[in-house]
Amino acid sequence: MRLPRPTLLLLLSLPALALIVLPLAGLFARAHLSRFASYVCCPEVASALTLSLTTSVLAALLIVGLGTPLAYWLAFADFRGKRIIDTLVDLPIVLPPAVAGVALLMTFGRVGLVGRHLASAGITIPFTTAAVVLAQSFVSAPFYIRQARVGFQNVPPHLMMASLTLGASRLRTFCKITLPLASHALLAGLVMAWARAVGEFGATLMFAGNLQGVTRTMPLAIYTTLESNPQAAIVLSVSLVAVSFLVIIITKFLLGATDNDKDHTRSIA
Amino acid sequence: MRTFAFLLILLSLLLSLAAAGPAAADRTLTVFAAASLTEFLEEAETVFERAHPGVTLRLNLAASSRCRIQIDQGAPADIFMSANPNNMTPLVEANLAESPTIFAHNRLVIMTPGNNPANLRTPADLARPSITLVTCAPQTPIGRYTRTVIDNMDRSGDYGPNFGRRVLANVHSEEPTVKGVVAKVHLGEADAGICYASDVTPAVRPDVRVIDIPDAVNVIADYPIAVLRNTRERNLAREFVHFILSREGQQLLARHGFIPARPPSSDDTRVGPNPS
Repeated sequence: MRLPRPTLLLLLSLPALALIVLPLAGLFARAHLSRFASYVCCPEVASALTLSLTTSVLAALLIVGLGTPLAYWLAFADFRGKRIIDTLVDLPIVLPPAVAGVALLMTFGRVGLVGRHLASAGITIPFTTAAVVLAQSFVSAPFYIRQARVGFQNVPPHLMMASLTLGASRLRTFCKITLPLASHALLAGLVMAWARAVGEFGATLMFAGNLQGVTRTMPLAIYTTLESNPQAAIVLSVSLVAVSFLVIIITKFLLGATDNDKDHTRSIA
Repeated sequence: MRTFAFLLILLSLLLSLAAAGPAAADRTLTVFAAASLTEFLEEAETVFERAHPGVTLRLNLAASSRCRIQIDQGAPADIFMSANPNNMTPLVEANLAESPTIFAHNRLVIMTPGNNPANLRTPADLARPSITLVTCAPQTPIGRYTRTVIDNMDRSGDYGPNFGRRVLANVHSEEPTVKGVVAKVHLGEADAGICYASDVTPAVRPDVRVIDIPDAVNVIADYPIAVLRNTRERNLAREFVHFILSREGQQLLARHGFIPARPPSSDDTRVGPNPS
């Protein structure tokens, strides 16, 4: 198949590129990057940064701990209804965050399905930092589980078989063969999940609320301070753009992107 | 070559779509309004559209401060209804809005879930330890009014020492809109929330309890309305303002818990951009 002429192709590609690049350019144009440091130090920005960092790291740890066995199971087990479980795991990716927020409230809220029993035991989750971690984990877990599953499936089966036939235990085979060979995929999935956790907004606002130092993560701080302190909101936005950019580069590197892909990333930069 | 032809067809299709533009028959009036006006405007929309066939009202409901920023940044709007003059005045000064008129007042109340889990009886109970209180963010008009009320109570001395500090320590969330406050109380997640009297809508009323805040410490919020300078429907926009100020509009406001700005008998009294 012959491609259309390069100049025409370029012209046709420009609108889409502008759609993505222009808003980012607008954001950077309004940011006082020279005074970046002074805004990062203002309490509103600093507490949002710290909170986002701690909650997203906790969410990532939770996701790895809970998600790895599930990903491994989905990669190798074969059973009836596996498709259903697959679909359920992917669901939070396409679910609107507001729905996630309502669902979490109905489940872990003070009068929710599970929350009711927790409340009678003296544990309330809404309006706490734990609620933020829960919301972030819910929406970002699929990003890790999906990637980890593919990573496990891409490990050549004969290597695992060889290890087992040479007398290594299943656990040893997993630790010495499967895990190292899938590690890049696991890390890439983890980075994507972490980035999604950092960006979580809707579910956090509905389920965890919005209080500085407790539940006001970076996206909520951007939303809340845009009116009173636009520069703080812009500084936070710029740092989130930088983080997202880094995340894409890291995942591309981890997944061994082709040269073409790398060129593409560079041209956007 | 086939791909090229396909792209050309696609492009011409897109261009023809762009050229056709929106249908010219219907007129729309875009109203940017404080979130506290949600239920009132939904009903007002039906009434106004029935009286003006072919006219569609488009409502953009958010915190007044958010609406103000959107208008300031060039959002296409015909009318702005704010929950305080503070978010209207900058638009008037920037020549983005015509001279505003106060169309309604509102006061604050304390809302608790129907079963009142924390057993709140009076405003003084807000300072009790371990109350889950939800307010609006101080960037919003209601958020600022809330802090003024707490301040007034604190200074009155009738509510015990350090009343303000003890109440603010109970705040578990600063919601971006007052509807977020209502939702969290309505769902039973918060022991109490501070909202407008008009937020106790017919849909919410059966499931919540209201504790009144005495007038002496309460805030009476002024709601201004103005036609925006960029409107392409100036006459229609003015008709809408007249409708809001008419007896019918004012009665509708009263039904939704607002205090009408115009007693039925009074004449038109224009309020400048900076009411005291």
